Amino acid sequence: MRLTDEETAMQAGAFGPAVQWAIDHQIRVGGYLGAEDFVPVTQAHIMADTESLGLAGVEWLEAWARLPAAQRRVRVPTITDPRGTDFASAHKLKHQPWMLDLERRTIHAFEALGVLMTDTCINYQTIMPPVRGEHVAYGDTGVVIYSNSVCGARSNFEGGPSALSAGLTGRTPRYGYHLDAHRRATLLIQCAATPRDLNDWGALGGIVGRLAGDYWQVPALVGLDRVPGSDEMKHFGAALASYGSVALFHMVCITPEAQRLEDVIPDGDIRTHDVTEADIRVFQSAYAKEIDTVDLVVFSAPQLSLVEMSQVADLLDGRHADIPLLAITSPQVKPDADRMGLTRRIEAAGGTVLAGMCFYQSYAREMAEANGWKRLATNSAKLTNIIGGYGYRPALMSMAACVEAACAGGRIGARTQR
Amino acid sequence: MNGKVFYATAGMGAKVRAPALVAKDGFSARYDLDRINGVFSRPQHKLAGESYVGRVLVLDAAKGGVATAWMLYEMKSRGVMPAALVLNAVNPIMAQGAALADFTMISGFDADITQAIPNGAIVEVDPTGERPCIWVV
Repeated sequence: MRLTDEETAMQAGAFGPAVQWAIDHQIRVGGYLGAEDFVPVTQAHIMADTESLGLAGVEWLEAWARLPAAQRRVRVPTITDPRGTDFASAHKLKHQPWMLDLERRTIHAFEALGVLMTDTCINYQTIMPPVRGEHVAYGDTGVVIYSNSVCGARSNFEGGPSALSAGLTGRTPRYGYHLDAHRRATLLIQCAATPRDLNDWGALGGIVGRLAGDYWQVPALVGLDRVPGSDEMKHFGAALASYGSVALFHMVCITPEAQRLEDVIPDGDIRTHDVTEADIRVFQSAYAKEIDTVDLVVFSAPQLSLVEMSQVADLLDGRHADIPLLAITSPQVKPDADRMGLTRRIEAAGGTVLAGMCFYQSYAREMAEANGWKRLATNSAKLTNIIGGYGYRPALMSMAACVEAACAGGRIGARTQR
Repeated sequence: MNGKVFYATAGMGAKVRAPALVAKDGFSARYDLDRINGVFSRPQHKLAGESYVGRVLVLDAAKGGVATAWMLYEMKSRGVMPAALVLNAVNPIMAQGAALADFTMISGFDADITQAIPNGAIVEVDPTGERPCIWVV
């Protein structure tokens, strides 16, 4: 990679060992992925729950945090993805003291590095959405795909070590979705139906993700009969990124880089797939097959917006959840949900509101064992895709059907199963 | 070097020799693995129930989220990890995780590498040369 004088100085250790490690790491990654140089970034976003970090990762962070202040501080605004617990409610999840200890140590280390503990995967809805053309270094695949596709920003998937590196150096290797050449569509999806509920948007994302197949594919969708809202884009993108490892999509006449089909498919020669309403139904019913009862309902992955919190509260009014119902949001939305009475309404109906965590990033396997949870209902296709590996059997249903199941002792009836 | 050599477009880490565990399926440490017990745990994965410890994983494409960037390092710290990762298609997270963990990985082939390497064969993965490669020993 071509290095500027400043980057060469970083590599030589002029800014201390943390920056030296960071730029070395970025050069290795950039070299692997064909980057020719670096691009400055304006923000970084770090995924670093302690279930992923483990003790080794926490100790690794702490080693950097012990450096002198002048050598350890990030140089661009650097924020965090959800943590592995909500300290205020950890006992309800049966999180163990050792988990909380690792979380506290991680937070302490990040604060010493100058990282802002936003603990959210919906920063594009609540913190500072990037603007079109802005180069950023975001972690969390849902954050990246929304920022790239809906905002028109430019980021690759930056895992925790690379996002921290970007924070420390203020730049990232210029490959992938920082380059115009990679932002053109590689497959065309003709939608015969427009999804209705959030779980339908997630299912469409899952289907397109499976069709796309890998990180370097960019689907372009046509045929949608309306402009999806932010929560719909959020669920669609999160599922697409999860099932397909996809980081960018276009919706023709909707997303900013695809005002016309020719904008993203200049030569018109591209593989094409049709997706029908029946495909969306089949995708979802495959998960609920042979599950007639669930142990809990989870609204998470991504964290809920204020609007979703309001929807959950409305569905629960005058009812009572007979099994655990978790509504998980960001630390930025939670105070508004408290102030507007949404938290009170959800918890009065037997639900639990959690903030600053995400279900699958919070020791999901240990929670299952401690609480006897096995079968889970959710309206998040992303969570459905992930949680099987942690030993759960998920059912993907609408928010209304999930609430219905929670208020029926976990039973999934014909009425609730959609 | 007796068997056919398959060249990759990119590689990092040290040369390793180990039995191959092969499937036409994806890879994500978070989605697919029980990292405590060292087995593939996602029921839908073609290697569900198989131990990955000390094996050269030959798989199709990197999948899922960003957690693998930390998890390879954590797995290595406990010694419960694959010997190497060989993929048709990589994503940045795998490169980032391999870089942090000093883990052996090669990716990008002319042919489908999951069809070219027999499951269970002893293979050597060499990312150290000018052209990273894998061959059956």
